[in-house]
Amino acid sequence: MKKISIDPITRLEGHGRIDIFLDEEGEVANAYLVIPELRGFEKFCQGRPVEELPRITARICGVCPEAHLMASAKACDAVYHVDPPPAGKKLRELFYSAFYVADHTTHFYILGAPDFVMGPDADPAVRNILGVIAKVGVETGGKVIEARARSLDIIKMLGARTVHPIGAIPGGMSKPLSAEERVDVEESARWMVDFAQFTIQLFNDLVLANKEYVDLILSDPYTLPTYYMGLVDDKNRVNFYDGLVRVVDPEGEELVKYAPAQYLDNVAERVEPWTYVKIPYLKKIGWKGFVGGKDSGVYQATPLSRLNAADGMATPLAQAEYERMYETLGGKPVHQTLATHWARIIELLYAAERLLELTMDPEITDRNVRTIPTETPTEGVGIVEAPRGTLTHHYVTDEQGLVTECNLIVGTTNNIAPMSISIRQAAQGLIKKGEVISEGLLNMVEMAFRAYDPCMSCATHALPGRMPLEVRILDSTGQLVERLSQGLA
Amino acid sequence: MAGKPRVAFYWAGSCGGCEIAVLEIRERILDLAQAVDIIFWPVAMDFKYQDVEAMEDGSIDVCFFNGAIRSAENEHLARLFRAKSKTLVAYGSCAHEGCIPGLANLSDREGIFEVVYRENPSVENPEKLVPVTRYDLPEGEVELPTFYDTVRTLGQTVPVDYSVPGCPPQAHQSWAVFEAFVKGELPPVGSVIGAGEKTVCDECEHVKEEKKVKQFFRIHEIVPDEKKCLLEQGIICAGPATRSGCGALCPTANLPCRGCYGPPPGVVDQGAKFLSAVASVVDANTEEEAARIVSQIADPIGTFYRFGLAASLLRRRKLDQ
Repeated sequence: MKKISIDPITRLEGHGRIDIFLDEEGEVANAYLVIPELRGFEKFCQGRPVEELPRITARICGVCPEAHLMASAKACDAVYHVDPPPAGKKLRELFYSAFYVADHTTHFYILGAPDFVMGPDADPAVRNILGVIAKVGVETGGKVIEARARSLDIIKMLGARTVHPIGAIPGGMSKPLSAEERVDVEESARWMVDFAQFTIQLFNDLVLANKEYVDLILSDPYTLPTYYMGLVDDKNRVNFYDGLVRVVDPEGEELVKYAPAQYLDNVAERVEPWTYVKIPYLKKIGWKGFVGGKDSGVYQATPLSRLNAADGMATPLAQAEYERMYETLGGKPVHQTLATHWARIIELLYAAERLLELTMDPEITDRNVRTIPTETPTEGVGIVEAPRGTLTHHYVTDEQGLVTECNLIVGTTNNIAPMSISIRQAAQGLIKKGEVISEGLLNMVEMAFRAYDPCMSCATHALPGRMPLEVRILDSTGQLVERLSQGLA
Repeated sequence: MAGKPRVAFYWAGSCGGCEIAVLEIRERILDLAQAVDIIFWPVAMDFKYQDVEAMEDGSIDVCFFNGAIRSAENEHLARLFRAKSKTLVAYGSCAHEGCIPGLANLSDREGIFEVVYRENPSVENPEKLVPVTRYDLPEGEVELPTFYDTVRTLGQTVPVDYSVPGCPPQAHQSWAVFEAFVKGELPPVGSVIGAGEKTVCDECEHVKEEKKVKQFFRIHEIVPDEKKCLLEQGIICAGPATRSGCGALCPTANLPCRGCYGPPPGVVDQGAKFLSAVASVVDANTEEEAARIVSQIADPIGTFYRFGLAASLLRRRKLDQ
C-alpha cells in the first residue's frame, strides 16, 4: 500500500500532517490527520489560582488568545458564582467583536481569497495575498492592513497588549472604557461596517459571479452533511460571546440546546493512539467512526456551522446576507464546506455591526465593570465561539480557588473528525487510479481543510495565503517513490 | 556581513504568538524584507524544510528561533538550525526561558498523559489508550515524535548567541533588534537584546511610595487604585523582578506584571529575586505575623516561576526513578 504524506511544511515540524494511504489499485484507502504536538495545559493548570487562568490559557494560542481569555473568564465567573455588571459583559463582547473583525479579515483575505481570486489551479507564485492584491488593487491591501490595525488598537485599549491581551477577570473587566476612547471605537466600528460590506461585494464580484467557482462550491468532494454546532442567543441568533450551545442535525432540526454546564452530557472525546489531539463527538449520538450523516456523532463547529445551527443574525445587514446565502445555495442547512468562506464574511459583517451597536450603548462607558466575588469557588464552565469553533473551558477548584481539574475543548479540535472526512473525500474524489498527482490537484485537497481555518496549536495561519505542501508517495516498504511539492521555493 | 543578511525565522513548541508578534511591526515588515533576505519563514513564506537540510552549515546569517523544546522533533530542528546558522537567537519567552508551557515541568509525560487522555471528564477511553510514537493502522504505519518529560529552553539544548525576552516580544523591541542586525551594531555574544537594562518598575507609571504590606490580595479580590503601585496595595506584581522593555503594559490595565520579560540584568533566578522582593515588603513585627501574611500568597511556584521555571535553578519537579 502506498502512503502519501501531505505535510504542511509550516506545520511539519510539530503541528500537523496528513497521511493518505493508497490501496494496491492506487485508489485512496483512507486519510489520517495527524497532530504531532501536545503541551498539556490540562495538567499544568492544576494548582494554579483560577483567576490566573485567563492569562495562562491565553498562551494556548497566539492567534486567538482573545477566545481563551474570554472562555476562561466566563468559566471563572461560574467558579465564583459571580455575575459581571452589564458594562463588564458588554465591554467583553465589544473587545471580542473587535477581535473577530481582525481574525475573520485575516482568514478571508490571506488564506481563503487566493484560491478564489486567483483560481485553485493558478501558479502558486501568484496564488497568495500578493497575487490577490495585484489583481484586486493595492488599495484593498491597504484596507486589510487597516482593518487589522484598527481591531488591534481596540484590543490594546482594553487589554493593554495586542498578542496575549489581558483585562478579563472573574467578575468582569479590569478597567472601564473612557468616553474619549469610546469615540475612537465608534469611528473604527463605522469604518469596519463599510469594510465588511466592501468585502461581501468583492466576494459577489469575484466568486459568486463566476459559475466555475459556484460549481466548485457545490461539488461532491466538498459536501459533508453532519451535525452543526454554534452558540445562540435567546432568539436562536448567532452570538460569539454568550448564550446556549445549539446543535442541529443534518436536516437542520434541533437536536439539543445546552447551557455550558451541561457540556459533558453532550460532548465526549475519543483518544486515538496515532495522534496527540483528542477527537470530540456528540455523546448522545455516539462515535461511529470518521463518517458524516445523522447516525454519526461527528459534528462541525465553523462559521458555516454557526449559521446552520442558528435561525438568523442579530444585526440587520448581516441578516440580509444570511438570507441571501441560503437562498442562493438552496436552503438550510448548507453542507458545502467551501461555503464556510461566505459564512465567515457574513460573520465579519455581524461582528462589525455588533461592535458599532455596543459602542452606541449608553452603558458602555459605565465605570462599574466588575463585581467582586464573595462566594466560595467550586466549579464552572465557560463557553464562547472561537472563530474556529465552540470553545469550552471547565475548571474545578478547591475552596481556596486553586484549580484541581481543568478540561479544555478547543475550537479547531471540534473539527478534527470532519476535517479528516473532508480530506479523505476530496482525495478520493480527486486522486484516481494511475493519475499523476498534480500541484493543482494537491491544492484542491488542501482546500478541503483550509475552509475550516484549522489552527493546530493555534497558528496554521500561514501568511500570505497558503500552506506549502509536500506529498511524499511511499510504497508499502516505506521507500520514497515520488516527491511532489507545491508553493515551494 | 557582506551583502544582505540571510535571515530565517522558525518556531518549535509554541503558541504562534511570536510569529504574530513579528507581523506586529506592521508596514515596516516591508522595510525588513528590503533590508534582509528572508530565506526561511514558514508562517509568511513558502519554503520547505528539506531546503534547510540541504544548506551548507553556517549559511544562514541569523536565525530567530521561537518556542520551547517539548518533543524530539523540536530538538531535531533546534540542532539543525544551530548548525545552519552563524547566529542563533532565542526569540521570545518560550525559547528564552520555557515560558508558561515550562510549567509542565511540575509534572512529567506520564502525569500529563494521564490527565489529558484518561482523567479529563469528557474523555471516553475505556481501553485507556495513549498516543504512541509508532502505530500500525490497517492501511500502514503512522509515526509521532517522542513527547519529552521535560520542557527545555533553546539554550539548554544548543548554544544560543542572543536572547530576546517577552511573551511575546513587543513590536518596537523586535524592530530595534532587526535594525541592530542590519546595521551590525550588536552587543557581545550571550547578551539579552530587545529589552531594557532595568526593571518593569522603572518604566511603570504607577506611583510608588512606601512598600509596607499587611495583607496580600488576589486580582479578583479588590479594585486597586489605578494610580498607585499595585504591589504596595498588596497585589503580587513581578515588576521588581522583571526586566524592563515592554513599557510596563499590564499595569496599564490595572493588572500586575507576571514576569514575561524574564529576570533583570545580573539576576540568575527570577523566582528567587521575585520572592525576595515580595518578602521585603511584608510589614510584620513578629515571625508569626510574617508567616501569616506570606501564607496568603496562593501558588508560590506558579506565581514566582510563571514564565521562568524551565530556565530556573529549580528547572523541574524531581522525576520519579
